[in-house]
Amino acid sequence: MLEVIGVSSIEQLFDEIPAELRFDGLKDAPDAMSEMEVAQLMQQRAQADGQPLCFIGAGAYDHHIPAAVWEIAGRGEFYTAYTPYQAEASQGTLQLLYEYQSMMTALTAMDVSNASLYDGASALAEAVLMAVRANRKSKSKRVLVPRSLHPAYRRVTHNIVRNQGIELVELPFDRNGGHTDPAALEQFVGEDIAALVIPQPNFFGVLEEVDALTDWAHANQAMAIAVVNPVALALLQPPGEWGSNGVDICCGEGQPLGAPLSSGGPYFGFLCCRQAHVRQMPGRIVGKTLDLDGKPGFTLTLQAREQHIRRSKATSNICTNQGLMVTAATIHMALLGGEGMERVAAGCSANIGLLTDMLTGISGVETLFERPVFHEQVVRMPLLVKDVLRTLSAHNIQGGYDLSTDYPELGGDAVLICATEKRTRVEMERFREKLERLVQMQGMKSCGAMPDA
Amino acid sequence: MLIQEQSREGRRASSQAPLQQVGQLSIPARFRRRSQPALPEVSEMQVVRHYTRLSQKNFSIDTHFYPLGSCTMKYNPRGCNTLAMLPGFLGRHPEAPENHSQGFLACMHDLQESLKEITGMRAVCLSPAAGSQGEFAGVAMIRAYHDARGDTARSEILVPDAAHGTNPASAVMCGYKVREIPTGPEGDIDVDALRQALGPQTAGIMLTNPSTLGVFDRCIGEIAGLVHEAGGLLYYDGANLNAILGKVRPGDMGFDVIHINLHKTFSTPHGGGGPGAGPVGVSARLEPYLPVPMVQKEGDSYRWLTEQDRPDSIGRLSAFAGNAGILLRAFVYARMLGRDGMARVAEYSTLNANYMLKKLQKAGFEAAYPNRRATHEFIITLRREARALGVNTMDYAKRLLDYGFHAPTTYFPLLVPECLLIEPTESEDKDTLDAFIEALITIEEEAESDPELVKGAPHTLPVKRLDDVRAARELDLAWKPGAE
Amino acid sequence: MSNLPTELKYAKSHEWARDEGDGTITVGITDHAQDQLGDLVFVDLPEEGDSVDAGTDCAVVESVKAASDIYTPASGEIVAVNTALADSPELVNASAFGDGWLFKVKMSDPSELDNLLDADGYQAVAAAEEH
Repeated sequence: MLEVIGVSSIEQLFDEIPAELRFDGLKDAPDAMSEMEVAQLMQQRAQADGQPLCFIGAGAYDHHIPAAVWEIAGRGEFYTAYTPYQAEASQGTLQLLYEYQSMMTALTAMDVSNASLYDGASALAEAVLMAVRANRKSKSKRVLVPRSLHPAYRRVTHNIVRNQGIELVELPFDRNGGHTDPAALEQFVGEDIAALVIPQPNFFGVLEEVDALTDWAHANQAMAIAVVNPVALALLQPPGEWGSNGVDICCGEGQPLGAPLSSGGPYFGFLCCRQAHVRQMPGRIVGKTLDLDGKPGFTLTLQAREQHIRRSKATSNICTNQGLMVTAATIHMALLGGEGMERVAAGCSANIGLLTDMLTGISGVETLFERPVFHEQVVRMPLLVKDVLRTLSAHNIQGGYDLSTDYPELGGDAVLICATEKRTRVEMERFREKLERLVQMQGMKSCGAMPDA
Repeated sequence: MLIQEQSREGRRASSQAPLQQVGQLSIPARFRRRSQPALPEVSEMQVVRHYTRLSQKNFSIDTHFYPLGSCTMKYNPRGCNTLAMLPGFLGRHPEAPENHSQGFLACMHDLQESLKEITGMRAVCLSPAAGSQGEFAGVAMIRAYHDARGDTARSEILVPDAAHGTNPASAVMCGYKVREIPTGPEGDIDVDALRQALGPQTAGIMLTNPSTLGVFDRCIGEIAGLVHEAGGLLYYDGANLNAILGKVRPGDMGFDVIHINLHKTFSTPHGGGGPGAGPVGVSARLEPYLPVPMVQKEGDSYRWLTEQDRPDSIGRLSAFAGNAGILLRAFVYARMLGRDGMARVAEYSTLNANYMLKKLQKAGFEAAYPNRRATHEFIITLRREARALGVNTMDYAKRLLDYGFHAPTTYFPLLVPECLLIEPTESEDKDTLDAFIEALITIEEEAESDPELVKGAPHTLPVKRLDDVRAARELDLAWKPGAE
Repeated sequence: MSNLPTELKYAKSHEWARDEGDGTITVGITDHAQDQLGDLVFVDLPEEGDSVDAGTDCAVVESVKAASDIYTPASGEIVAVNTALADSPELVNASAFGDGWLFKVKMSDPSELDNLLDADGYQAVAAAEEH
């Protein structure tokens, strides 16, 4: 090969790199490991993290994933293909994405879906940018965002949109219900608002008054953006039917559809909208068309919105989607079907009810908000949550998400717990029992019956 | 046939969902949906068969040579996948407490440290979810740096005309105007044009080096000097890091901030278009602004650094820590390559590209930059063929599919007409490269003797050439119940 | 490019303008421009009543592989847009100087038309691009 090129060494192929910039080799990087050695290292590290019992939700949910999902999604033909630029050689991925888009529109009752974004939080940021572009009636770049929305989503959205002059205005939550009281919007009537974000369920697991909020947005010339949990949608009213006319844009985290918890990623964000706004939608979109023989086929379409054509005027800088995760989600939804999804959602709903009953049976443990929830609940503890969680985790139980950092107004004793369909009565009983003992011991300690540890 | 079209009322994959019926629900009726979503009603076997068949309609690295320029479609070792999916990693909740996280965080920390040395940067954050998010983070840090110094008149990011479209799009998302810098005749940046474009309005420049033209920009030292002199910062788009791994480092070239496409250089799967991972690295002056979370080692234990620890950070760009499972794969890959393997990646990918370039030139194809060495990729232009034979680059690309090769990147970069950007990667052997070259030569002959054959390609795939215009004019983006 | 209408004025950015004699102009893109773009799939038009400044972008024409901004050749108010293009963007391909017009502007400064090229001038610009 060197002879064909006309050089005497491989090193000569790098002779256009200025010598003074050349690097004389890595020093700190470790020696190569064989697959066996690296497997031993990884197994050891994976085991170190254990397999604790998980009652944390907070945006990532521990659902059962049917075995067939990753058996098929992991096939090399899906796993090692790239963005389907050559449509004729990518009909598998393209048809699957079209099926995915169809499933998402069925689930959300929206007109169109894109082929996915990075995650739920960045999908919301893209939805906000999209709403500001699409709302021709609004000249302001003000977007109303409830404080009951996932705190990381609020931060990510702020971080992504702030350099484009968009202002996110926080809406307070009702301290009894844990929801956004539609009356809190009265102060904005008559003001120029580009969009209103509506989570369902919200970060506290609480169900919002989505009909009233959607109608308020439309009455005030604002776009309504739904942020939803796709599993919950098997039971809950879909955003396309909220209020009189449904929302304009709907987005959320796709992880509950077949993606393992996996330390927070890879997941995928989904984004759906009304037909009228499709050209403002960022990301890949697959369309059905015909080939030269008139046979149906699938191809990427509306690409003139995208960065590789439109460059600085693109709808977004996003390049790929989360193809593999969407592959899993599509197979996941196909396996469960509407009824299976409904059973999963109903199992979640029943389990959080059961867990709430069990925990609030402990003296001093009570729910914080009175409104209905999906599969999460905020519970007030008679102790500092920080300490409770630390002790529980030593017993291999992850007892929930401490709200004190994100919501200091709730104090240090509020915890967000989650029970998906996977949690068994035995597991919940274990949680209850450990918590009860902890509360009892602490009670004794605070009475002076036990010395401080 | 779509999975939706195979649906039959009442059919189910019954053991996949909880067995108990939907009983009494505590959710009031007014919050509930009126009917079940119209998802497919099919059996487990139907699902498995349907998606297995769909997979077989794809070209992929596992089945085909995939020389897609700028995408680094190298072999994805199976061990990386298996080990990233060990139950302890797969089941770990992103908000898991630190005592259930040390194994995972150790991997993240090791990867973070390795990337520092490989790129020559001061500090690295792993969390951006893809190249474009890494770019966004990089430009946002440049902005944060200038803003923190009260240097707010800098309104412009410079981008070479050969750059990936994500570069200008990312700059605009960060509130900057974009000015294009032309490329000189030999593929290096036009330094005189750059000099004229620089000024007090310059926030920075975004460069890919080796560039998307398949050549190493020899003036990089001078460019870095000029931009820094003007008060701007240099952003390195790591799309082509594969070509220089262990040979020359972005940090040594003078870059202030970089992103690395782990799905390219570190061989994580492309997955039909993602997920990727786009860690960012910075020089000392940008360190305070790195996104969160980052991993820190304290004594023998590891923890995430968050907003509370890093008040000047541009913040988080995804809800948790980015595409953690992809980062694990990259970590395993880096460990299997080891210190010496890194440089071998650059050597063999560069060898393969230069070999193909020379062979194709000898066969009569026109190189876009005939006087230059190829890096890990190179461009040939078919403008002569397009003019003389009426057969264009897209026709060649489609015909290559008939010969069992995925097409190279076509019509990018925009400044070379009728171009093919070819990146063989280090994974491929000489026989495969030769077979691909033979196929291009055969297509050239076909284009001369029977142009319609090439223009009508592909002929052997599940569908013939698709009507893109129809797809965009008569939008059909979702199957709806009742529609056939 | 033999049939370049001589009664029109042209911009270097490939728009044409027809002075309707009543203080308004009709604006479209040239046959050369539509030919370069290929089959159009979408035209994004301004809204009636929008005020526009000469040389700023106020519409977009899209083909499968490209999207191109359209700059108004004169300042003023948009008084009409070609609504037929919403369903039939291909009209621009079929009849760039006729049924494929884009929008009409009521000019605030008719002298701006003097800055535009005549048919010969535009012919030279377009020919130089094709080289």
